[in-house]
Parts: sequence; structure tokens; C-alpha cells
Amino acid sequence: MELLRHLFTFFGDNKEIFYFVILSIFVGIEVIGGVPTVLHTPLMSGANAIHGVVIIGAIHVMLNVDAENFLALGLGFLAVVLGTLNVVGGFVVTDRMLEMFKKK
Amino acid sequence: MMGNAKTARKGNLIGAGGMTLAIFGTIFLDRAIGSNGEASEPTALILGMIFLAIALGTIIGWVTAKRVQMTKMPELVSMFNGMGGACAALISLIEFNHSVEHGGASTTTLLAIIAGLIIGTISFSGSIIAYLKLNGTMAKPVRLPKYNILNTIIMIGVFAFGAFIILTGGNVQLVYLLFLAAAIYGIFFTMPIGGADMPVVISLLNSFTGLAAAFGGFMYHNKIMLTGGILVGSAGTLLTLVMCKAMNRPLSNVIFGAFGGGAAAEDQGGAKGTIKDINVSDLAILMNYSKRVVIVPGYGLAVAQAQHVIHELELLLEERGVEVKYAIHPVAGRMPGHMNVLLAESNVDYGKLVEMDEINPEFESTDVVMIVGANDVVNPAAINNASSPIYGMPILEAYKAKNIIVNKRSMNAGYAGIENDLFYDPKTSMFFGDAKKALTELVAEIKTL
Repeated sequence: MELLRHLFTFFGDNKEIFYFVILSIFVGIEVIGGVPTVLHTPLMSGANAIHGVVIIGAIHVMLNVDAENFLALGLGFLAVVLGTLNVVGGFVVTDRMLEMFKKK
Repeated sequence: MMGNAKTARKGNLIGAGGMTLAIFGTIFLDRAIGSNGEASEPTALILGMIFLAIALGTIIGWVTAKRVQMTKMPELVSMFNGMGGACAALISLIEFNHSVEHGGASTTTLLAIIAGLIIGTISFSGSIIAYLKLNGTMAKPVRLPKYNILNTIIMIGVFAFGAFIILTGGNVQLVYLLFLAAAIYGIFFTMPIGGADMPVVISLLNSFTGLAAAFGGFMYHNKIMLTGGILVGSAGTLLTLVMCKAMNRPLSNVIFGAFGGGAAAEDQGGAKGTIKDINVSDLAILMNYSKRVVIVPGYGLAVAQAQHVIHELELLLEERGVEVKYAIHPVAGRMPGHMNVLLAESNVDYGKLVEMDEINPEFESTDVVMIVGANDVVNPAAINNASSPIYGMPILEAYKAKNIIVNKRSMNAGYAGIENDLFYDPKTSMFFGDAKKALTELVAEIKTL
């Protein structure tokens, strides 16, 4: 019972977030449903770029880490590099592909 | 906006712009609240490191994305996906250490941290294996004995371990162990899956990384991360299912089923006949005097970089009054829609690229169907051989055409490792040779007619 109550409080406290998640799922399905097969490769690389938003988390971590904690600083640095790679590479390559489609 | 080839580019640019805004917004507006309740400025060292990291990532990402060949697109996507997964995993790792040192993390936060860590790590190591497989470095699927049971046990173990860490409040050494265990699971998860199924795996791992990003957003109550992550997660899942549908196999079958290797061996005994060759001049005459030609491009075309020559052939035949179309199977190439990208690269009008359901009724009235570097997507075993591993997969019904020309380098089986009876069909003629070289000769020959 105790657990169940915890669970309900948890959902209650994070109500807004859960609405958000459900809404996002529908938006995702709606967006993909409308994309023709022709564009599935750029779609995939575009989606790939979008999940690069983790970089925001990486920057947040870097901003909050203690300046003397070299391990955390090092890992955070690596995380920002990898995240940027994901974002920039993803968007650039998607643009390159879509450019080829646009010519016609 | 993404639904149309013309506006999609703008959509992509807007997305990139939004992301840039979010990144700089975070750098300049996100400030830690110190113990005195006031926002503390990050040290110059930290800010410098952030900018250096962004510069480094931008340069590497930009150069790689600009240089990569279109045929290598699946490798690139899986590589970038692995980077994103690793980024999510590292954030969780640091955040966990931080919360252990400072204490006070709620169970919910710990849950988000651990979930982000596990999923991000699986996505990272899985993507690396997928990359190596697509790359050809790890060509054969590796299957340990009873790998399905073994993998399931590892998976349950990883999640149980994660739950244990959350409940006990954690210990830094244990989290590194969890990181390692999740990485091993990612490797074991991807290793047994055959190369032909890699597009599905990449799409699935893509949605995993999205999920990991969403957990990060949950952890920081950051709506941008949450929306972005969930969007990719749901979009990726849907795309994965669309692909599975195109191959007529449930997702569980892709992950757990032995495909593209073992099962194919049993199929070898079937109908073998004689194969027939055709030489360039005969083929040139045949094509030149046809009314309708359908080209079925496959990955072999891409490997040989023959997409430009095939466009030349198309223009030449059109000039001679032959109607030319391309038949695109949904899983042709190594990624959904991969063929479209390759042909668009060589300026083929995408109105000429016809999808499977539309082109199938037209094969009967087609004079010549020319299959270039494709195999499994035209294999009639999918329709008439119930024991074949690809039985039930929708195919391009090229076997209905009046003449079938198959361009291949050799008689080797396709990516899925299955014999193709179409090559022994009396209507079929084999046109052996490297696609680029053979087609260049063909174009030259037609020009002389």
C-alpha cells in the first residue's frame, strides 16, 4: 500500500511531465507518419541529430561540476565533444542529402 | 514540413537553428545555485573547456559529414548514434557520482540517472558493433551457444543490478560495473543479428538514444531534452516497425531470430538449373528495341558507385523512346530509403522512382527488367518457398517481366545468404561484371546502334 501511495504521489507530482511525454509521443508518430519512404534516410539522420539534445545535459553537467574534480571535468568534456559531434554531423549530413533532393 | 522533399531542407535548418539557440542558451543562462542561494558564475576554465569541446565536436562532425560518401550513410548514422548514446551515458555517470558525493538525490532522480546510463550505454556499444558490421569488419553474425537465453539473462541481470543500485542508494564503484555490464549487453545484443537486418537495428538503437536523452531531460526537468528525446524515441520506434513490416517479420524475430546465416544453409538443395549469360551487344540490342524497361537497383549498384552510369543509361534509353522506371524496394540498400538518396545524388528525377506496390502490377507488361546489384528483394522464394527464411517478405515481382537481366559480379548469394531461383529462370540472362564497368560498356554499345 505504501508503495502504491508513493507511486500515485510520484505521478501527481510529475503530472505535467507525463502529459508532456504523451503529447511528444503523439507528435513523433504524427510527424513520421507523414514522411514518404523516399525521405526515410534523411529522416533517420535528422532524428539522429535531434537526440543530440543530450548535449544540453552535458553542458549543464559541466557548469555545475566542481572545478577541482578533474575526473568529472574530463568526462564532461568528452560528453560535450561527443554530443556536438552527434548534433553537428547529423544536421550537416541531413542537409547534404536533402539538398540533392531539392535540385529537381 | 518534413513530409515534402522541397520543404524538408528548411525544416532541417530550422531544427539546427533551434538546437544552436538551446545550446548557447544553456551556456549563458544555466547557472548553478550556490549554498548562499545566489547563482555562481562558472570558472573561466570550465567555460573555456565547454567552448573547446564544442569547437572540437563541430569540426570533427562537420568534416566527417561533408566527406562521407552517400553509400556509407548507414555507417555514419550508426556512428553518430553511438556518440549520442555515449554522451547520455557519460552525463549519467557524472551526475551519479555528483549525487553520491553530495547526497540528497531522490529515488526518482536516481531512476532517471540509472535508466539513462543503461540505455545510453547499450546504444553506444550496440552502435559500434553495428558500425563494424556495416563496415564489413565483422561480416559474419557471431552467435554464442544459446545466445538468446544468455542475452535475456544478461539483460535481466543488468536491469536488476540497476534496480539494486537505486534501492541501496549507490556506490561509485558499482556504477562503473553497471556501465561495463550494459556495454557488454549492447555488444551481445547486436552481435548475433545478421547484416541484412542492420537497418532495423540502427533504427532501434536510434530510438534508444532518444529514450536516453529523454531520461536526461527527466533528470534535469529540462523540457527541450525531454521533447527531443521522446520525439526521436517514438519516431524511431515507428520507423523500426515500418521497416519490419516491409520485411514481413515481427521485431522479435529480427532480434531473436537466426537470420542471414544459419537458416540459409538448409535452403541450398533446391531447384538449381542452368544459368544463361548475355553479352554486351545482344543486351544493347534487346534494351534499345524495348518499349518498357524497369531498373531494380540494389546495394551492389551503390558499392560499385554505378549510380551515375545508370542515370546515363536511363537518359540514353529515354532518348531512344524507351520508357524507363526505377523500382524501389522499401529495404533496398542498407537503410530505408537509401536507394532514393543514392539516385538523387546522381540527379535521377525522383518521379521516376516507383515504390513497390505501384510498380508490381506493371512488371507483366515490362519488356526488360534490369536488376543491378539487388538479390533478396527480387527472390521469388519469398512467395513460393515456405521453407525459405525470407518467405512472406514482400518482393518486387521482377520474375513476371518478359526478359530479366541480372547484373552481378559473381554467383554469390545475397546479403541474407540465400540462393535465388530467379537466376535459373529460363527468362533470365546473367550479365556478369562490376556494375559500373559493365554498364559503361553497355551505354557505349547502345550509342553505336
